[in-house]
Amino acid sequence: MKYKSQKVAYWFFAFSMLLLILQIIYGFIMAFAHLGYDNLHPVIAFNTARAVHTNLLVVWLLSGFMGAAYYIIPEEAEYELVNVKLAYIQLITLALVGVTAVIGYHFNYWEGRKFLEIPRPLDWLVVANVLTFLGIILTTLFKGKKRTTTSLVLTMGLVFAALLYLPGMIWFDNQTMDSFFRWWVVHLWVEGVWELIMGGILAFLLIKITGVDREVIEKWLYVIVGLTFISGILGTGHHYYYIGVGKVWLIVGGIFSALEPLAFLAMALFAIAMYRKGEKKHPNKIALSWTLGTAIVSFVGAGLLGLAHTLPQVNMYTHGTLVTAMHGHLAFWGAYGMIVLAFISYSLPNLTGRKLYDSNRGVLAFWLSNIGMLGMTVAFGVAGVAQVYLERRVGLEFGDVQKEIQVHFLILIICATMFTTGIGLFIAEFIRYGQPTDEALIAATDHDA
Amino acid sequence: MLSKSQAKVFFLGGTMVTFVIFLGLSWNSLSKEVPKRTHEENLTAQVVAGKHIWEKNNCMGCHTILGEGAYYAPELTKVYERRGEAYIKVALMTKTPWQPRGRQMVAYGMSDKDASDVVAFLKWIGEIDLNGFPPKPDLKK
Repeated sequence: MKYKSQKVAYWFFAFSMLLLILQIIYGFIMAFAHLGYDNLHPVIAFNTARAVHTNLLVVWLLSGFMGAAYYIIPEEAEYELVNVKLAYIQLITLALVGVTAVIGYHFNYWEGRKFLEIPRPLDWLVVANVLTFLGIILTTLFKGKKRTTTSLVLTMGLVFAALLYLPGMIWFDNQTMDSFFRWWVVHLWVEGVWELIMGGILAFLLIKITGVDREVIEKWLYVIVGLTFISGILGTGHHYYYIGVGKVWLIVGGIFSALEPLAFLAMALFAIAMYRKGEKKHPNKIALSWTLGTAIVSFVGAGLLGLAHTLPQVNMYTHGTLVTAMHGHLAFWGAYGMIVLAFISYSLPNLTGRKLYDSNRGVLAFWLSNIGMLGMTVAFGVAGVAQVYLERRVGLEFGDVQKEIQVHFLILIICATMFTTGIGLFIAEFIRYGQPTDEALIAATDHDA
Repeated sequence: MLSKSQAKVFFLGGTMVTFVIFLGLSWNSLSKEVPKRTHEENLTAQVVAGKHIWEKNNCMGCHTILGEGAYYAPELTKVYERRGEAYIKVALMTKTPWQPRGRQMVAYGMSDKDASDVVAFLKWIGEIDLNGFPPKPDLKK
């Protein structure tokens, strides 16, 4: 039995895909600028492209999470969303705030705080929007028949994500304080509460796809989110090494950051183990690829490549270089980009009633985007390591070093083209599915009842 | 074998304990270390004005400061020491587009006052005790 109100998820996913395309376009603008072709500079200067690129990332992921929540919560709580109309209004206002912010970035309307460039007045609209979203989710959960661990972990992640937005809105005169609390938002989001959201979505997908008993999956979900918080909260210390706070963070950050990959490793092993344990074979192979893929790539990108530069002795040299961009790309892709795409791949056939899940195009989309992103990560890594040696150890001028490493951005662009082709195919499939229908949802008792 | 309720206790307990430690360490850093390490007595109105201009123009969208920002343009934590006031002011006040080593910077055409504010901000930044960051190039002959 499915729920008609789940349809709203589709429009969040559609919005998400639109922003993903834009994010990629602005990524290309930056890559070409690094290669020496910054012809758009008078219209879209690098700092504009950069703010748009990272903010669109955050918003398309959040929109994907919200869509996933609107799909998961009715099914888990066994109750229709309490106010579907409000959910649509929430999506439209989210889009309006997003568009205003992005346009503003082209006209110097922003505040230059990495990842949190949205100006304060718009911040309040974001807060109102997220509160509306949480209101719908929490009321549905409260009125619903069941409160499962999966839905609680997911909701807890969403509530904390909203709460943690607030420290980023306080003004500090002191740059060190500003930076300190900015990481409460950014780090505790991506290496904390977003992992709850990811864990919740992953657990839901594994329950549906592998058919393994819910109790087993949810038990391990607790262990994984436990490991995430135990390592991740104090792991915030790796952002505090060199910003003007004490040496204690070198020790605390160093040790707990080294534990952070464990949470991701646990997640990867868990997903693989559940897949092997599962007796029923769900026909949606593409959703399965993305689900296992997100668990594995997040371990490599967020876990291992993070560890590659969180030791204080290493970070002293890599801090503020392209090495960070190397880690950032595969981490966000593996942990958050892929889980959203996994969820879309799983839910679209149920929403639209069309079972297109063994198409070659879908398989190709998975492999091209993943191999492309891996290639981009390698290109950033090579450029970053060369930069670290030439600039930080040999002491060459920044500009001279950038000339030396320019060629790696050519490789980056080639790999990014491959990645984009994969995403293009994914979106082509998305469009081919068409729009959701009530009949499809009611009929979708299917394999994963 | 671990039961689901034990796993839940592990999650809630572990989170609570680490979060309390995190709050304690943060409190200690912010109340005791930051005022000393950042020389808060030198945090003048001019420095704060400079920070406003810094943020208003999203300088972090190309540069890094305290190692944070984007990687398109130079690290500016020690720029005051490296280039001096005059150089920085020219970069901020010029109205003609310029491209140091082929990479374009926005020609802000700032007023003398605004440029001085940013310089004051960067000078203050340069004096923060950053545990040895940015590192001295150890292979430089």
